[in-house]
Order: sequence, then C-alpha cells, then structure tokens
Amino acid sequence: MSNRLHARQLGLLIAANFREIIREPGVLFWGIGFPILMSLGLGIAFTKKPAEIRKIALVSSSSLIIKDTVVVSDEKLGSTTFIFEKMSWDEAMVLLKRGNFNLILDSKDGQPQYHFDPMNPDAQLCFLKLSRMLQGKPEVLPENAGQIKPLTVSGTRYIDFFIPGILSMGVMMSCMWGLSYGLIDKRSKKLLRRMVATPMKKSYFLMSMITVRIGMNFVESLLLVIFAWLAFGINMAVNLPALLLIFMAGNFAFAGLAVLISSRTSNTEVGNGFINAVVFPMMIMSGIFFSYHNFPDWAIPVIRMLPLTMLADGVRSIFIEGAGLLQVAQPILILTAVGALLFSAGLKVFRWY
Amino acid sequence: MMDQPAIEVKKVFKSFKTVQAVKGVDLQIQRGHFVAILGPNGAGKTTLVEMIEGIQIPDSGEIKVLGKTWKHHSAELHNEIGLCLQDTRFIEKLRVIETLRLFSSFYGLDNGRVEEVIDLVALDEKRRAYVVNLSGGQKQRLAIGLALLNKPAILLLDEPTTGLDPNARREIWAILNRMKQESETSMLLTTHYMEEAEQLCDYIVIMDQGIILKEGTKNDLLGENKTLDDLFIDLTGRHLNE
Ligand SMILES: Nc1ncnc2c1ncn2[C@@H]1O[C@H](COP(=O)(O)OP(=O)(O)OP(=O)(O)O)[C@@H](O)[C@H]1O
Ligand SMILES: [Mg+2]
Repeated sequence: MSNRLHARQLGLLIAANFREIIREPGVLFWGIGFPILMSLGLGIAFTKKPAEIRKIALVSSSSLIIKDTVVVSDEKLGSTTFIFEKMSWDEAMVLLKRGNFNLILDSKDGQPQYHFDPMNPDAQLCFLKLSRMLQGKPEVLPENAGQIKPLTVSGTRYIDFFIPGILSMGVMMSCMWGLSYGLIDKRSKKLLRRMVATPMKKSYFLMSMITVRIGMNFVESLLLVIFAWLAFGINMAVNLPALLLIFMAGNFAFAGLAVLISSRTSNTEVGNGFINAVVFPMMIMSGIFFSYHNFPDWAIPVIRMLPLTMLADGVRSIFIEGAGLLQVAQPILILTAVGALLFSAGLKVFRWY
Repeated sequence: MMDQPAIEVKKVFKSFKTVQAVKGVDLQIQRGHFVAILGPNGAGKTTLVEMIEGIQIPDSGEIKVLGKTWKHHSAELHNEIGLCLQDTRFIEKLRVIETLRLFSSFYGLDNGRVEEVIDLVALDEKRRAYVVNLSGGQKQRLAIGLALLNKPAILLLDEPTTGLDPNARREIWAILNRMKQESETSMLLTTHYMEEAEQLCDYIVIMDQGIILKEGTKNDLLGENKTLDDLFIDLTGRHLNE
C-alpha cells in the first residue's frame, strides 16, 4: 500500500474512534463536565471558608453552665460558633459513633471533662478551641507567641494543590476506563477479531485509539485549567513545554498500562476488576486530594514511584513552584519509559480474538 | 495455481478444555463452488470455519486456502478472503457509510468501491444511519457488504441469516445469488436451514458432533429420502432445528 493509503487508513481509524466517543453524550459529561464540577465544588468548599461551626454534645447531668450558643470571633482565623446540645451520656455516645459530634463535654467536681478520640485531628482541634474558650481565653495565640499572617495568595491555597491533582487523575481515569474498557468491549463484541481478519495494520488500530484518547485528555485538561484560572485565579505563568511534555509522558504511561491490562480478557467484568485494582490505590495514595505525607514514612518512597504520583507531583511543581523542564525531566523520562515498556509488553500478549 | 482447490482441509482436529469440537474433518472446495455446511447447534461449524479463516489454529491436520497456509501467507490471504463472523457487532455510533469506508481503507480501496457495495447490499437509504439503529436484516446486509468489499476470491459466511425473518432471509439470498452469477467467488456458508442450503449451494456438507456425516450435491444426498430433513433424521435420529 502506498503512503497515501496508509495515511487514509490511520486517518479513518482515528475518525472512527473519535466519532464513537463524541457521539456518546454521557462521555462528554463524565469526561469534561464532571471534573470541572468537582473542582468547583471542592474549590468553593475549601477556599471560601464560612464561619466555622462546632457542635458539642453536652451531657445534661454535668454541672457546667454554658449558653446554648457561643460565638468566638477572630479576624484572622474567622469566627467559630460553638453550639452545645444537651443530652444524656448514652445518647451522646450513639451520636458520636454516628459522626454527628466528635467531642462530648461532661464535668467532674466542677471541672470540664473532654471525651474525644485523640487520634482524630479534627476532634483535637475542637478540644483545643473549646478548652481555650472555657478558660476564658478565646484568642488562639497567647500574647507574644508570634503573629498570624494568613496565606491567601495564589499558589498556597488548597485549590492550587488540588487542580494539578485532579488534572492528573483525569488523565489516569480517562486512559484506564476509556482505553481499557474500549478494547475489552471491542474484543467481547468480536469486533477486534473481525478487524484483524482484514489486512488492517494492527499497530494503526492501537495508535488511533491512543491518539484519540490523548487528544480528548488534552481538551479536557485545557478546559479544566482555563476554568480554574477564571474561577480561582490559579497561576498561569507556567513553563509550557515542561507542562506539555509531562502531560504527554503521563498519557503514555497510562495508555501503556491500559493496553497491558486489557490485553487478554474479553470479559468486561474482569476488566472492571483490573481497572479498579489499579486505579483505586493510586487515587488514594498518590496525593490527589490530600498530601501523601500523611502516610507513614516508610510508605512514601513507594508512593513516589507510582505513575500517578509522578505525574501529579510534576504537574503540581510546574504550577505551584514554577518548575522548568530540568526539574521535571526525571519524571518525564521515567513515565515515557514505563509507558513504552508496558505498551510493548501488552502488545506481545495481546489477544485479538 | 488456478487448479488448486479454493479450500483444502485435511484431517483437522480441534478441542477446547473439555469439548472435542472438530474431530477429524476432511473437506475440499473447488473454485467457484458454493458449499453449505449444515448442522445443528454445537456441531462444530463455527470452529471449522474459523480455522479456515485463520482465526483459530487446528490442534492437528492441515488447512490450505488457495493453496496457501495461514502460517506463511496470512497477509496475502487476508486480502483474498471476505468473511462474516457469527454475531459480530460493529462500532455502534458509526454510520453505515463510515463503517464501509473504514473497512475499505484496510484493503486500500477507494470510495468508488464503497458505493458499488452499498448498491449491491441495498443499503443506500440507510447510508447515514448509525449501525446500532439498523434492523437485524440490515445489519446482516452490512456485514455481508463488508465481506464483499475486496471482491474476495473466497467468501466465508457463518450463519448469515440466523434469526432473520423469511423476507430478510430472501433478500440476503438474492444478494448472494446475484454475486454467484456475476463473479467467480467461491463460497462456504454455515446454516441451520435446509432451504438456505438448497437455494444457494451446489454442494452440501452435513456435520454433527465434530464430524462430517455425509456430503454431496443435493441429489446425491437425498437418495431414497424425500427431503433433507428426512435425511438428517436418518443420519442422526433428530431434527436439524432442535
Ligand atoms: N472457545 C471455546 N471454548 C470452549 N468450548 C468451545 C469454544 N468454542 C466452541 N466450543 C465448543 O465447541 C463445540 C462446537 O462449537 P461451534 O461454535 O463450532 O458450534 P456451531 O456448529 O457453530 O454451533 P452454532 O450453530 O450454535 O453456532 C460446542 O460444544 C462449543 O461449546
Ligand atoms: Mg456457530
């Protein structure tokens, strides 16, 4: 076949895969609309912090005399409203187990007693604030203990941490679900076997699927970033070549993983299991929603080697720290190599029938 | 070269974990002949045809298509055959015309051939319809159109009319009969329907439980039996469509 005919074959394969995706309205919503809605929700939840409300269970038999509602205002940390609800000890325990409260206030010999789980950081914070208030020192910091300088500039907020994370997660999800599922589905419908019973170039078929997927991911990510810039003013003065390269490298890595995962099975349920087994641990551990530094020290070197961590950390450093090509060269190379390796392994064992 | 049979199957066996699907089949199909493999569910028809198509590999025995083996000539053979698998589904949200163009590009063909095929399988009205919205008969005509794109020397159809109503079935027979008159294609089809075998084929192979029970022209086969159905009961003790 001449070059022109080869190009036509690849072009029509790409067009077919592209049409298959965009003609499914659900794909557009879950692929593009949903990540944007999610970042909007989380962004609002974490950036425009409303006055804090702390509900406390007050054991009715205690001798403490407190108003139902106490407001402590602080111009830098925002005001905190304590709401005390009187109830029996047993009732309070039930509600604590359900998560309605994380602290129960009782008294012994006229002194307050605080019942809470010391392993729960939120309960601890509640205890600290409440105990200060009850001691009549509502300010958080004693005098001469330093000053609070709130950080609200771009780059230090939660949303700045979160947008690179969700962008990376979007790439992973789209590759894993879109590509793996697409391949398994085509195998189970015998379409793969019909196609390779023609002189079609097999590599073109996989290339076209990956190309379309990366193209879609690019559009999705672009829209997400533009949205985050308009809504939250995230930093846009980034090193573009570095960003594009790490984005491509991440796409390669996950495309390779997707091909490997879907190389054998023709059962979509089995495929589902595989995809979840890969996607879930990374979603939890790779610091998408919260920093992975909360995991134990011994786990962190392992977590850092996960492809999603590499991608998210790389994108984050470009957006937040202004990292350039040199700083992200290592993850770019590793992700690309991992992608190539997994892809060729997947292709070796790939079942077309 | 031209005196090679279109398809030559010698002592072919194929088993799956617990099932012996094909147990020593010998078969020759001459060029230009239309042959039907007639047999009930589970007879091993699909397994045999897919081995001829190069999709499955026999455990033992030899298969030659146009004198060539799949092992050494798969690229050439893919250009020479056209096929219709048992219940394949195509890309659902692709239009008829887009699907045909896509497959034509695999053979390096242009849109001219696509138009000829659309006429041949009478899908002109449906050219802009999504594949998912076609009726069963239209889907099957599309599948046959795809099989005919490269003007194959050998056409292999696995149950091309199963599940279709008599009308839709007759439309497909008309397409295939026209092709028989106009080209030198050889054809092998599998079916459960006596009538289909009689209507389309010069030569009939009766298969059950992985072996060929009897083969020949319709008249050879019938002997003292009045119909093929009687013959089938005679051979196996049961009806074909059970
Ligand atoms: N991939 C497979 N794994 C296990 N067993 C199989 C497989 N394919 C076919 N078989 C078995 O081999 C036997 C022959 O199957 P085959 O599909 O060839 O029959 P068939 O004549 O085409 O039947 P039908 O008319 O229902 O299409 C059946 O018993 C079937 O269960
Ligand atoms: Mg079958």
